[in-house]
Amino acid sequence: MALFTRTVRAPLEYSKSLWMRGWVTMVMLFLYIPLFVLMAFSFNDSKRNVVWRGFTTKYYGVAWENDQLWNAMMNSLTIAFFATIFSLVIGSMAAVMLWRFRFPLKSAVDGTMSLPIIVPEICLGVAFLVFFSTVGWPTGLGWPFNLGAIIIAHVTFCFPFVTMVVRARLATFNREQEEAAKDLGAGEWQAFRDVLIPHIKPALVSGALLAFTLSLDDFVITFFTSTPGTDTFPVLVYSLVKRGVTPDVNAASTILILFTVLLTAIALKLQGAKALASTHS
Amino acid sequence: MTEPIIQIRNVTKRFGKVAAVDNVSLDIMAGEFFVLLGPSGCGKTTLLRMIAGFEVPTEGQILIDGQDMSRVPPNKRPVNMVFQSYAVFPHMSVADNVAYGLKIAGVGRGEREDRVREALDLVKLGGFEDRMPDQMSGGQRQRVALARSLVMRPKVLLLDEPLSALDAKLRAQMQFELADLQDEVGITFVTVTHDQDEALSMASRIAVINKGEVAQLATPSDLYEYPANRFVADFVGSVNIFEGKLIIDEPDKAAVDCPGLGKVYLNHGVTGPHGADVWVALRPEKMYLHVQGKGKAVEAAAKDAPEGHNFARGQIKGMSYLGDITLFEIKLDSGAMIRVSRPNLSRHDQEDFTWDDKVSMHWRADSPVVLLG
Repeated sequence: MALFTRTVRAPLEYSKSLWMRGWVTMVMLFLYIPLFVLMAFSFNDSKRNVVWRGFTTKYYGVAWENDQLWNAMMNSLTIAFFATIFSLVIGSMAAVMLWRFRFPLKSAVDGTMSLPIIVPEICLGVAFLVFFSTVGWPTGLGWPFNLGAIIIAHVTFCFPFVTMVVRARLATFNREQEEAAKDLGAGEWQAFRDVLIPHIKPALVSGALLAFTLSLDDFVITFFTSTPGTDTFPVLVYSLVKRGVTPDVNAASTILILFTVLLTAIALKLQGAKALASTHS
Repeated sequence: MTEPIIQIRNVTKRFGKVAAVDNVSLDIMAGEFFVLLGPSGCGKTTLLRMIAGFEVPTEGQILIDGQDMSRVPPNKRPVNMVFQSYAVFPHMSVADNVAYGLKIAGVGRGEREDRVREALDLVKLGGFEDRMPDQMSGGQRQRVALARSLVMRPKVLLLDEPLSALDAKLRAQMQFELADLQDEVGITFVTVTHDQDEALSMASRIAVINKGEVAQLATPSDLYEYPANRFVADFVGSVNIFEGKLIIDEPDKAAVDCPGLGKVYLNHGVTGPHGADVWVALRPEKMYLHVQGKGKAVEAAAKDAPEGHNFARGQIKGMSYLGDITLFEIKLDSGAMIRVSRPNLSRHDQEDFTWDDKVSMHWRADSPVVLLG
């Protein structure tokens, strides 16, 4: 009776199933082939960048020499930097407030907090456009003050993510540790600094990286709030693409991808080590 | 033990409408090993947290060393606490954990290091200075928490269920160590526990708490031998309780007629109202088992109780062999159940009796406790 003989497999050994392996490979290819094509074509020796015409690295040089690209990149990084700092402070404070205190309309505040995550970006973009023109936000300021409007817009949608991550971490905090600090003589602020901050540090790191990457690659909201001279990298690429994709855009994009991957890897490493060290108590 | 270091005066704590602590007054003497004992949810931890300052009494007053603590926050009180979860700071080394309070207090580096070393030696953790808490066992972390509090030289050390997270062997060992430690440092210890063994073995005095009130305040042996009410008798140790009526009550003798157990004679008075409903508490280890029909039980009982024989008959319905003792569940002729324990003094003692054996038992006239409430 060989009818029912099958390869014996332990319940979770999915990786031994050929069918499963094939499926996973397909999914991976589907997700990442476009990125690999983009990276591969940054080495394409062709101005039109449609057909492969041979290998070259000269477009990295071209991108390097392109002042417009440089400016946009500097704008993006500056905006991301400040947006991250502000999001981190506001976001973690909001998280501590929601975790620690009871106050009227708490659930309403809680709900509103995640609104910027849910509201379609296009709506937020239009809202900011209308808002800044209505309040008469000054334009034409010198760099970096001309980035103010974009930074404010970015903080709006970045800080809820920080709040989310920090709150998740706070949920694992043992309140007795804070009480122990106070019991040993620490005041409210000292207990906060010496016990609570170290506990949420991994969440602060990953929250900051989340905010940074979200800000760095935002297009829709930035597009609506940017004024002449404040083009960020995504906005500039969009305007360049309208005139046809040149390999230097590919090159710059490749560098941005590598930069983001590097940051994420650092974050994971930091958080992994920290999280392990503190799960025991 | 000269003057009260902690005075709890008519303290009530309400959470909403529920009174977790209900009009409690207690004096805790300097140098005592004081235990708050009670079932979970009885309010003992709330009481401890009020002494530490983490909860504020709704009514009443707490004095530490003669000073009113009503407006003193936890970080300014001359007490330190060892938390149930130990609450050792996971991101600090053992030495940094122990030094934390001294650092806040502004103690200089040299003195700090000396005192940290001294405290770690005291809890037998010398040489562990650079360890991180996650590299230590639960018992070691508890020692860190102890050292961290003791290094502050508090007037009172508060311990919240200090042994509940340890395994049985370690718990027994720590019971002795805590008692020794308290002896050594001479600091007043106030401990909260739900474990009666822990309380009996460590305490100099125990307050049994029930539903937010002090059910009895006594030394361990008084608590066990002279429980004040049914709750204490039942909560501390195991006990057989029979309802009855007081029929004789004179200065040197008394008798209670229990429908379940028969007439119970005592060799002392109980000063209760004649004919009143009372309860007789009889500990399982205070009864002697005999094979039925040889008259030995009656004989022995007659020797102990001149006014009447304290004995009963029944049949063994259940037994559990626990090594050092064997516990019998016996159905009395009245139909009531009674538990009797018997020490296994020699190797084959547990074979003397078995299921369905008819037995007699007797007890001394000073063994039963008459409870009025």
